[in-house]
Amino acid sequence: MATTTNTGTRTRPGSDQNLISRALSSRGLGVAALAFALLFPFVIATPYALSVMTSAAIYVMLAVGLNIVVGYCGLLDLGFAAFFAVGAYTSGVISTEFDIPILATIPAVIVVTVVAGLIIGGPTLRLRSDYLAIVTLGFGEIIRITANNLDITGGPSGIFGIPGIDLFGLDLSSPAAFYYFVVVVVTIAVIGAARLGRSRLGRAWRFIREDEDAAEAMGVHTYRVKLAAYIAGAVWGGLAGMLFGVQLTAISPASFTFLQSALILMAVVLGGMGSTPGVIAGALFVSLAPELLRGAADYRYFAFGLILITVIIFRPQGVWPVRAREKERPDQGDPDPHGALAKEAIS
Amino acid sequence: MSQLIWNGLFVGSFYGLVALGYSMVYGIIKLLNFAHGDIYMLGAFGGFAVLGLLGGVIGTTSFVALLIVLVIAMLLTGAFGVLLERVAYRPLRGAPRLSILITAVGASFAIEYGVRLVAGPNPRVYPLRIGGESIDVLGARITWEQVALIGIAFALMIGLNLYILRTSEGRAMRAIALDPKASLLMGINVDRVISRVFFLGSALAGAAGVMAGAYYGKIDFLMGFVIGLKAFTAAVIGGIGNFPGAMLGGLLLGLLESFGTQWLGGEWRDVFTFAVLILLLSVRPTGLLGERVTERV
Repeated sequence: MATTTNTGTRTRPGSDQNLISRALSSRGLGVAALAFALLFPFVIATPYALSVMTSAAIYVMLAVGLNIVVGYCGLLDLGFAAFFAVGAYTSGVISTEFDIPILATIPAVIVVTVVAGLIIGGPTLRLRSDYLAIVTLGFGEIIRITANNLDITGGPSGIFGIPGIDLFGLDLSSPAAFYYFVVVVVTIAVIGAARLGRSRLGRAWRFIREDEDAAEAMGVHTYRVKLAAYIAGAVWGGLAGMLFGVQLTAISPASFTFLQSALILMAVVLGGMGSTPGVIAGALFVSLAPELLRGAADYRYFAFGLILITVIIFRPQGVWPVRAREKERPDQGDPDPHGALAKEAIS
Repeated sequence: MSQLIWNGLFVGSFYGLVALGYSMVYGIIKLLNFAHGDIYMLGAFGGFAVLGLLGGVIGTTSFVALLIVLVIAMLLTGAFGVLLERVAYRPLRGAPRLSILITAVGASFAIEYGVRLVAGPNPRVYPLRIGGESIDVLGARITWEQVALIGIAFALMIGLNLYILRTSEGRAMRAIALDPKASLLMGINVDRVISRVFFLGSALAGAAGVMAGAYYGKIDFLMGFVIGLKAFTAAVIGGIGNFPGAMLGGLLLGLLESFGTQWLGGEWRDVFTFAVLILLLSVRPTGLLGERVTERV
């Protein structure tokens, strides 16, 4: 295990000697961002601005959750909206059917999302990247179609009347109060994810991302470690789903399409996979850009697609990568260094 | 029963046609071309535009009209595929695979909503319908137009297969699929071969788009997403990168859907399909005809 630790510390983000990258990954920046988020309602407090900012914060949570799976562990998940949906529906169904305060549904949300993570991760994590991508995509569609067809989830019209948050008798359902609540929860989620990424488990995740075979050979239980990434991502996504349901007081299958999964993935990749500040910036961009581009109406998603292509071509590692200067990968020019997939040649 | 099988084979031949493009691109540059389904959509709209331009000259009911439109649409989508590869994928040839996949998602968005800008968000009625009365074969109602469409689909698939197996360009493709660097050293113009692969794959998808438009009679700018997903599934079921696999996967997927609809109802069809896919992949991770991957450490 000693070898694992050594390899881990070398690639550890945040411990770079470069001054700029240290400044960018310093705690001061996070505090500044948090201060901005907390002070924002004092600048603009219209319900519209607050709702946009709340959505943006929820996006940050989603992106940080997906970052655990894609950024840290290198597993491509194209159906992340499924966990978002599972969380939203679990809390929504329980709170409306049994008339339970929404915060009391949190344990149920966690249990159900962990189970969802196990169900999808269990049989499929032995698959390599592209097959995993299609399976997660299929899983996302299964969840959406199921929600669309079941009675308990309200079919295509979904669930409405999801109660607001009530914390120790304090009513947090006003836009400003709910915004603060979300900011606090998301901050905790971001710090939690970042700390997970720096933990022993996080080192194993990055090791798997860099070279799964080597990790396996070094004694990392890759299957279990990957499953852990999946479950962590699922819990983050599920809790974000709960917040989403509370914010809108209603959910429907239309909110959990592939488009949603693609947008979250976009946030992670645009910002820089594996980099917490990058992913937050990406999530803010993805959630705020459509609002800012609202004037462009029909051009919105078209422009969005073009922006995405342009950014990736000029910054393949994302706008704000983990290290200011990413080391060249040895497999430049050969997208499949092990030649494993090349063996499936056209016959 | 035989009606179910027939319907499955019919839909499956479309899936197979689109899946071939997926498989080709994947086989050569290991890219999941997410925009492939949208090229299918583009083919349908290209055919629509061509019919608008030439409608008076070639008529809208004859089989010949379909063939002419089909060829023009194939050329258009093929050219678009080459352009797409040149603009969005080639600059990223050496980048991590995830980055290229993301540009593919971006390209998919841009194509879908670009078409929406041009053609509007509402479904369009396809002006070309090929008529024909149905005949009875073993209890299944089969129309001549279905037979014709399946015939075209199989002709295209077989033609492509021969091209890959018999010509020197096809051999170059297979060589690149095995080892791009060595192929480059042996004097193969890798960029040109990849362009050609995109041309062929996109042309096939475009052909499927025109045929689907002519058969179903309605097209819209999001029609590519679902079929792209299905074609991807078909390619994976057969073993992605494997040619006969893509065709087999397409037909199998069509049959699965046909029977899934019968047993569970139309609304659960896709759940059934994906559940089967997940089960199959957990048993055979490389698809039906995919080779067992031995890992080199």
